[in-house]
Amino acid sequence: MTVQDTASRRSTDPASVIGRRLTIERIASVLVLSLLLIAPMLVKTFIVFQFTMIIIYGIAIMSLHLLTGWSGQFSLGHSAFFAVGAYATGILMEHGNLPYPAALPLAGAVCFIFGFLFGFPALRLSGIYLALATFSLAIAMPQFLKLGTFEAFTGGVQGLVITKPDAPFGLKLNQDIWLYYVTLAVALLLYGLSLNLLHSRTGRAWMAIRDNQIAASAMGVNLTMYKTLAFGVSAGMTGIGGGLAAIVVGFVAPDAYSITLSNNLFIGMVIGGVGWLPGSLAGAAFLVLIPNLSEQISKGLAGAVFGVFIILVIFLFPGGARQAAQLTASWIRRLSGRH
Amino acid sequence: MELFINQILAGIATGAIYACMALAIVMIYQSIDTLNFAQGEMAMFSTFIAWQLMQWGMPYWGAFIAAVAISFIGGIAIERILFRPLQGTSVLVQIAGFIALFSIINASAGLIWDFSIKPFPSPFGSAPFLGSQLISNHEAGMIVVTALVLAFLYAFFRFTRLGLALRAAATMPESARLVGINVGWMIALGWGLAAAIGAIAGIMIAPVVFLEPNMMGSVLLYGFVAAVLGGMASPAGAVAGGFIVGVLENLAGTYIPKIGNELKLPIALALIITVLVFRPGGLFGRVQAQRV
Amino acid sequence: MSAFLDVSDLRSYYGQVQALHGLSFSVAEGHVTALLGANGAGKTTTLRAICGMVRSTGGIKFDGRSLLGLSTESIAKLGVAHIPQGRGTFARMNVEENLRLGAISRRDTQAIRSDIERMYATFPVLKERRLQQAGLLSGGEQQMLAVARALMLRPRLMLLDEPSFGLAPMMVRELFKTLAEINREAKTTLLVVEQNAQLALELASEAYVIETGEIVKSGPAAEIANNEDIRKSYLGY
Repeated sequence: MTVQDTASRRSTDPASVIGRRLTIERIASVLVLSLLLIAPMLVKTFIVFQFTMIIIYGIAIMSLHLLTGWSGQFSLGHSAFFAVGAYATGILMEHGNLPYPAALPLAGAVCFIFGFLFGFPALRLSGIYLALATFSLAIAMPQFLKLGTFEAFTGGVQGLVITKPDAPFGLKLNQDIWLYYVTLAVALLLYGLSLNLLHSRTGRAWMAIRDNQIAASAMGVNLTMYKTLAFGVSAGMTGIGGGLAAIVVGFVAPDAYSITLSNNLFIGMVIGGVGWLPGSLAGAAFLVLIPNLSEQISKGLAGAVFGVFIILVIFLFPGGARQAAQLTASWIRRLSGRH
Repeated sequence: MELFINQILAGIATGAIYACMALAIVMIYQSIDTLNFAQGEMAMFSTFIAWQLMQWGMPYWGAFIAAVAISFIGGIAIERILFRPLQGTSVLVQIAGFIALFSIINASAGLIWDFSIKPFPSPFGSAPFLGSQLISNHEAGMIVVTALVLAFLYAFFRFTRLGLALRAAATMPESARLVGINVGWMIALGWGLAAAIGAIAGIMIAPVVFLEPNMMGSVLLYGFVAAVLGGMASPAGAVAGGFIVGVLENLAGTYIPKIGNELKLPIALALIITVLVFRPGGLFGRVQAQRV
Repeated sequence: MSAFLDVSDLRSYYGQVQALHGLSFSVAEGHVTALLGANGAGKTTTLRAICGMVRSTGGIKFDGRSLLGLSTESIAKLGVAHIPQGRGTFARMNVEENLRLGAISRRDTQAIRSDIERMYATFPVLKERRLQQAGLLSGGEQQMLAVARALMLRPRLMLLDEPSFGLAPMMVRELFKTLAEINREAKTTLLVVEQNAQLALELASEAYVIETGEIVKSGPAAEIANNEDIRKSYLGY
C-alpha cells in the first residue's frame, strides 16, 4: 500500500457529500455520453462531420493532458505526431491497401515509436527548452513531408487522397455518420484506457515526475522509462487521431499540419483545464466552434477573436473548463442540498 | 572558388537577419527567463506595417523608421498589457500567453492584408554589388544595416546610463532595484527594443522571402538555433550564432546534394535538439544556471 | 526626539509563514546601530522589510516618511542604500560599471564622476581593477566594491547585511575601520546586521538583539558588549 493510497483514503469526505458529488459527476457524464450517441440523428450531416472533428481533436488534446498535465512535459509539437498518424494511415490504406481497422492501429503504433524515440532527447530538456524543441519539430514537419525523396509515398506537396470507407456489412448508413460512430468508439476506448493508465502505477509515477523529478528518481521511479513512455503514449494517441482525421476528411496534405495546429492543440488543453481528461472535449469544441463563430462575427477575424478568447481564459479562468465545471457542480450542490 | 565565397557572403547576409532575431529572443529571455514564441509574428506584422505605409505613399526609409518606431512602442505595450500580469505564473500559462499572441498577430495580419504573397521592395535593388558576382546589392545592404544596428546597440548598452540600467535589470533584478532602477519598466524597454530589432530583421528579409503572414516561421526557427548555439545567456553569442547559422545554411544548401536545400528546417530542428541536449551552454561554453 | 529610522510593530511574512512578530526599534541619525542575533533570527528579513522586499504590516518611518508599501526602487531613491547578504554585486559588469550603477538614480553627472574618483582614492584596489569583471574579484574586494557602490548613492542611511561574511579576519578589520570612517566623516547613518557580534558592538553605539523575529535585548552597544549573560545567551561568545 503506497503513501498515495493512504493519503487519498484519508482525504475522503463524509459519505453524504461524496454521494452527492459522485451523482452530479455521474449524471453529467451520462448526459454527455447520451448526447454524443444520439447527436447524429438530430443534426445535418455537415454538423455531424464537425462533431467528428471535435472528437478527433479531443483525442489529441486528451493525449496532451497525459503528457503535460500528468507527466509534466511540454509539447508544442503535437501537430507532427498528428501528421505522422495521418500520413501513416493514408499510406497504409492507399499504397498498402490495408483496410482502415488495420491501418489505424498500425499508424498508432508507428506514432508511438516515433514519440517514444523523441522522448529520449526530451529527457534532457525541460520547461521552456522542451517547448522550444517541440516547437521546432512542429515547424520542421511540413517541410519533411514535402521532401522529394518520399514523394512516391506522400504525394509531395499535393498530398494524398484517401478513399472514405463505407459502413460495413452493406448497412445503408451515411459515410459521415458511420465514421462519427467509429470515431466516438475509438475515443471512448482511448478515454477508458487513459483513465486506467492514470490510476495505475504509471499514472502515479507520472504525477511524481511532474511534481518533483529529482525526488521521484530518488524514490526509485525510473525516469527514463516513464518519461519516454509518456511521449510514446501521447504521440500514439495523437497519431490515431490524425489517422481518423485523414479518413474522415479523405485527404492529407503537408501544410494542414503546421505549427498552428500544434498551437491549437496546446490551447485546447489549457482551455479544458490541464490534466482533466473530460476537458478535452470542451477544448476541442472550443477549437472547432469558436473559429466558426468568429467567422460569423467577422469573416477572417477568426484567429484574432480566437486569440482574444484564449487571453480571457488564462486571465479569468486559468483552470479552464475544469474550473467552470467545478463551479457549476458546487452551484448545483448549493441549490439542491443546503438552503 | 567564387561560388564558395559567394555562398559565404550570402550566408553572412542572411546570417545578419538571423543574428537580429536571435538577439531579440535572447534580450527577452534574459529579462523574463522564457522564450517569446511570437517574436517572428511580431516582426512580420511590423513588416506589413512598413509595406502599408509605402502603399500609402511614404518613401522607403520613412516607412522603415516609422515601422520600427511603431514596433518599439508596440513591444512595450504588449509587455505591459499582456505579459506583466503573467509574471510569476507557471511556464504553462506563459507559453499559453505567447501562443495566444502568436495566433492574434498571425490572424490579424491575415485579416488585414490577406494571405496572398506580396513582393516587398528593397532600397538597394538586387543588382550585383559593385558589379561583382560575389553578392547582390540587397545582401550587402542587409549586412550594412545589421552592422549599424548592432553598433548602435553595443554603444547603447556599453556607454549610456539607460543601457547600463537595462543590463542590470535583466541580469540581476533584485540588485537593480536596490540601486533605484525600476525593473518593470526596464523589462518593457527590453521588449520594445526586441520588437524594433525584429522589425528591422523582417523588413530586411522580406524582399528575399516575400511578404505573407507565414513568412517568419523558418526565420524564427533559425533565430532560435542561433540563440541556442550562442548559449542563451549572451547577446554576443546570439549574434555570432546567427552568422554561423546563416553561413552553414547556405553552404549546406549548395554543397550537400539533393536534400540539402529541402531539409533545412529538419536540420535546424536536429541542431537545436543536439545542442540543447549535449551542450546546453551553447557553442561558447557558458552554462546557464537555472534561476530557482 | 523622533528617530531617523523608526520601526514599530513590524510583522513580515514569507507567503503564509510569519518571520517577524512585531519588531520595534529605532536608529538615531548619524549613529551606527547594530542588529544582532543567531542565524535565522530575522535580521535579514528586517532589512529586506525596510526596503519593501517582503510583505509586511506595521510601521516603518524614515525621516518622518512612511516606507511601508513603497517599491524597493523608490525607497532606494529616498537615500536608503542596502548592501544585501552576498553583496549583490553585478558580477558580469566591471568595477566601474558597478560604481556607475550605484549612482544610476542620480542626475548630477559631474558630481557622479568626481564621486567615482573619490571611491578610487578611498579604495585603491578598486582603481587597479576598474575594468575587471566584478564577479572575479576576491571576497574582500567585492565587499569594498559593495560599500563603494552603496556610497555612490550618497545615502542618508546605509543598511549592511553581514558585511563580514566570508572575509578573512584582517579584511574584516579593514572593512569595519572604513565603515567607522564613513560614519564619522560623512555622518552617514549605518544599520549593521552581523553575526560577528563582537566587531559590530565595537563599531556601533546602539545594539538590538533579535531572536525568532522579536527584539529580546536592547541598549547602548558598550553595555551589551560588557554584559556576559547576554553575550553568552544570544551572541555566542
